Amino acid sequence: MKSLRAEGHALSDSAVQLEQLHQGGIESFADKLSTLGLFPLKPTRIDVFQVNVGKMCNQTCAHCHVDAGPDRKEIMSRATFQQCLEILAIHDIPTVDLTGGAPEMNPEFRWFVEELAKLKKHIIVRCNLTIINANAKYHDLPSFFAQNGVEVISSLPHFTAMRTDRQRGEGVFERSIDALKRLNAEGYGIEGTGRMLHLVYNPTGAILPGSQTELENLYRAELMRQHGISFNHLYVITNMPISRFLNFLLMTGNYARYMNQLFDAFNPGAASNVMCRNTLSIGWDGSIYDCDFNQMLDLKVASKSNHISSFNLEELSGRNICVDQHCYGCTAGSGSSCGGQTA
Amino acid sequence: MLSLIESKATKLETYYKPEDLKKFGNIGEFDKPLADKFFEWYGEVFKEGALTAREKSLIALAVAHTVQCPYCIDAYSNDTLQKGCTEEQMMEAIHVAAAIRGGSSLVHGVQMMNHTKKVMM
Repeated sequence: MKSLRAEGHALSDSAVQLEQLHQGGIESFADKLSTLGLFPLKPTRIDVFQVNVGKMCNQTCAHCHVDAGPDRKEIMSRATFQQCLEILAIHDIPTVDLTGGAPEMNPEFRWFVEELAKLKKHIIVRCNLTIINANAKYHDLPSFFAQNGVEVISSLPHFTAMRTDRQRGEGVFERSIDALKRLNAEGYGIEGTGRMLHLVYNPTGAILPGSQTELENLYRAELMRQHGISFNHLYVITNMPISRFLNFLLMTGNYARYMNQLFDAFNPGAASNVMCRNTLSIGWDGSIYDCDFNQMLDLKVASKSNHISSFNLEELSGRNICVDQHCYGCTAGSGSSCGGQTA
Repeated sequence: MLSLIESKATKLETYYKPEDLKKFGNIGEFDKPLADKFFEWYGEVFKEGALTAREKSLIALAVAHTVQCPYCIDAYSNDTLQKGCTEEQMMEAIHVAAAIRGGSSLVHGVQMMNHTKKVMM
């Protein structure tokens, strides 16, 4: 499967996506926030520095909001990583969250993680699992993660092969189970080791996720019963109507229904806890965004400090967060963020 | 011209409209006290209890097929999926409903046999 970009698909253009998101007659997200007195949306404090190290990935998932894949070559350079380190060295931003693509495929990944460990940052790596067994050079990733105190967050959209493979590709479930066993063997997800392994559930289709607690209990029971696998927590995430998932919605005639579901499930409690209020998202070229979704829609922060070369934490902390119709994805039901449900 | 428009409109009319599911709460418009009681009770029924919310959702899906309610089938297909049920579990639940429905017809065959044996030589 090719990326939308490689196919020359119209939706690989973020302007086309935004235009589509404005169709359907749903009240503007900004107006919705205004009714709660939350517009313009402001940051609380910056706790998370999320770095998208590039769009290159060994998988081409059907729902990917990044449109990542093996044919995407945009990755962060050492010079840009170095600029990130300089910022992190002088600012009290405790958590650095590394995502992609498959972040481990960036040749500077290990060096960057080691430098972050020296800065005593809380390091999160969003590992797609199959990278661990994709090639011999990645087999030692679990021990590398352990040596550097990395918290691992990995997608596993279901505890059955059929539903996982439909979203993430043929054979991904089996390889993910193998990778989870390797992580467990290194102490990840095992109580008492302090090595944190969290899984991510997101629906394989145009439905909203159910209760995080109920699904976590179900995953824990099924993964242990079927495969002897342990993990710490399950984060439940709503699929955002952008990029490949937006394409799926449009191709299957589910767009209007899904957007209405998000709108109808708007939760004011989730709206005040959206992740963009305590996160900055850095793109592979050093541009700064409010979140990874805004990054994929090319919606840079509304600030003069919109690139790490001109990073100004004070200015960024006072900015107005850019919102658009896709933001209903983070405020539906119990809310959704990179750390799971928010309300 | 009017009859043409009317005939077209009639063709497009259906008894079940997906958008009507969202209007379920509006039944209170004609009798609020009874509707309030129903929805409060409904909410309680589906809470986690001796049965999990997931088990209750599968029962609801099966019953939805027995009463052949399109609204309920849509609602509980979504609900069971949201609760992590697999396609196999959902279909097995419907087979349970179908087996009881089929069995309930067949078991009346005993009544037919009783009657037949009584009246026939």
